[in-house]
Amino acid sequence: MALLNELAKKKEGLVSGHRLCPGCTHSVIMRQVFAAADTDKYDIVIAAATGCFEVSTGLYPYTSWNVPWIHTAFENAASTIAGVETMYRVLKRKGKVKKDIRFIAIASDGGTYDIGLQALSGAIERGHQFLYICNDNNAYQNTGNQRSSATPFGGSTTTSPNGKVKFGKEQPRKDIMSIIEGHHLPYAAQASPSNWRDLMNKVKKALDVNGPTYINVIEPCTTGWGFPPEKAIEIAQLAVDTCVWPLYEVENGKIKINYKPQKKLPVVEYLKPQRRFAHLFKKGNEHVIEEFQRQVDEQWEWLLKREECGL
Amino acid sequence: MGKKVALTGNEAAAHAIRQIEPDVIAAFPITPSTPIPQAVAQFIADGEMDTELVTVESEHSAMSACIGAAAAGGRVMTATSANGYALMWEMLYIASGMRLPIVMAVVARALSAPLNIHGDHSDIMGGRDTGWIQIIAENSQEAYDGLIQAVKIAENKDVMTPALVAMDGFNISHAIEIWEMEDDKAVKDFIGEYKPLFPLLNTDDPVTHGAWAPPNWYFEHKMSQLKGLLAAKDVVAKVGKEFGEVFGREYGLYEAYKLDDAELVIVAAGSVCGTTKDVVDKLREEGQKVGLLKIRLFRPFPYKELADALQSAKAIAILDRVSPAGAQGGPLFNEIRSALYDTPTRAPIINYTYGLGGRDTQPIHINSVFDRLKKIVETGKIEKQFDCLNLRGEWR
Ligand SMILES: Cc1ncc(C[n+]2csc(CCOP(=O)(O)OP(=O)(O)O)c2C)c(N)n1
Repeated sequence: MALLNELAKKKEGLVSGHRLCPGCTHSVIMRQVFAAADTDKYDIVIAAATGCFEVSTGLYPYTSWNVPWIHTAFENAASTIAGVETMYRVLKRKGKVKKDIRFIAIASDGGTYDIGLQALSGAIERGHQFLYICNDNNAYQNTGNQRSSATPFGGSTTTSPNGKVKFGKEQPRKDIMSIIEGHHLPYAAQASPSNWRDLMNKVKKALDVNGPTYINVIEPCTTGWGFPPEKAIEIAQLAVDTCVWPLYEVENGKIKINYKPQKKLPVVEYLKPQRRFAHLFKKGNEHVIEEFQRQVDEQWEWLLKREECGL
Repeated sequence: MGKKVALTGNEAAAHAIRQIEPDVIAAFPITPSTPIPQAVAQFIADGEMDTELVTVESEHSAMSACIGAAAAGGRVMTATSANGYALMWEMLYIASGMRLPIVMAVVARALSAPLNIHGDHSDIMGGRDTGWIQIIAENSQEAYDGLIQAVKIAENKDVMTPALVAMDGFNISHAIEIWEMEDDKAVKDFIGEYKPLFPLLNTDDPVTHGAWAPPNWYFEHKMSQLKGLLAAKDVVAKVGKEFGEVFGREYGLYEAYKLDDAELVIVAAGSVCGTTKDVVDKLREEGQKVGLLKIRLFRPFPYKELADALQSAKAIAILDRVSPAGAQGGPLFNEIRSALYDTPTRAPIINYTYGLGGRDTQPIHINSVFDRLKKIVETGKIEKQFDCLNLRGEWR
């Protein structure tokens, strides 16, 4: 991969002037995506689902997008890009489009794990050539931090609040990666903006694969998770080092863990700096943290075992 | 030269689509429109058309993919019915708001519950405010001709608005009729080549599609969109005339059937107009001054032209193939009555709901409507402003 100072000179697809919160990692991830893409070889067209990232970058009469970009609704980034990609194949065949173009759909966890799951599943099953990036900020942040199926166990949101008799979200996160893997697509991965080289490698790989690809990216949300803006990348790193957010990829059905922390940190290190987990440290909620740790360990052991067995 | 064929309405739509040969079709099966994507899939499988069919997992995704494909910069079509149309509802607004000239065949059908797969206008009337151009066909010929014209209407630079052509489920979609199929090349020449305005795939000039517009911009966008929809009225008339010049079947905004001196008038849309024409013919033979105003363009609603066409009437009955759903009469009734308010006529006007969920409407029922109109003229009294045709028992 190119050196950092060369990457810095690359054409930016997302330019300044957007209205994201200070410390938001949506733009950080997107810049890493563009840095990874081989834009000398192909152009990029993007479809976005409704959400924080979409509303803060495409506010008429302005736009932060330096590449063709389309937003239609919340639940259909995958089916929208499927239409775009299909038209591309047709017009290319008919000689009306000459360029090599790659397609990316961007959505967050609500538009992916929940309302958009059907459209995503359909588009992957049909084999459209596109990269779907889920910027997972663990809740419906655009509407003010409501629970999604990606919200972690014990996490407090406005619709899964902690209270006198409740400790936050009572269910574990949905394992979206397993659901996606079940489509037997050529490439799926989990990445973090804290490990940017790893993320970039994954994006580059995914864009070069023939067929649908999926990357699940942790997207720390300063507002919804409750941490100071400058801590976003640190929090992402803690998610990786506690194995709350394992970095791995599944290529043609075979898993590879890309990062094994030398010292796997206890989950409390990840939970402590975030307001959404603050209630877990109150007396009487010890069992929630224990359960959280158990779930993380179980998932991590399972991944290690899969890798060991070459599955 | 065209040729006479004996095929169903769905086959008429499928052949129109084959000849239009859009770049992309995204569709999901639903009765009674299912034979359309099936036929298209077979045409493609047999190499008879060069189109990509996206076999999406739902109608919501069908319209989403149509929007993506149209924004990308090519010709796009789809077909649906009933619950499928309803599932598209969110995306219908988005297609028209983004000014994408998508063309859709709607085989009109009842909406659940109770589940019913047969014809009525619950779907298209439910979506009448989505900003789409709506053309309603009386028979297979009109469905075929309408789809070809719709491409040219929707893509007109002053319009740039999606258009649907509706035909009645089963009454037209599954009935075999004789109609004229034009030459493939003649159809292609008529619609011409599509030149997109701001294609997403032009990466040299990146465009942001589907931005969000806060209160200081949304209103302007919607009103500018409305201009495009309203401009469709003249374009429908122009394209209908051009179509007549090329193929010998001219179309206007509506059809006036024996209306010039008609005193008792029925206003209706869709396949019931065929039955009504037969009844009008019979009653005319008896010397009765009856006529039919057949709606062709429902959106944008050509209220001035329709009101003018009704000036000779002494009593009017509007037939709606949909429940009024708590309004003062069905949607067609409301449109027509509102259009007449600004004109000299003060003819009494009544409303019937008919044909819900595929309920048969026969000449005897149309006769009863004319009988009622006759009685109103004779007595000067409207006993019932709203009634049902061919409903078991009295309604209220
Ligand atoms: C929104 C919507 N789209 C389409 C339909 C039409 N439709 C009714 S049943 C059906 C197929 C059902 O297939 P499946 O779920 O596999 O059940 P099966 O009947 O094969 O047991 C379709 C497409 C519908 N009722 N609603």
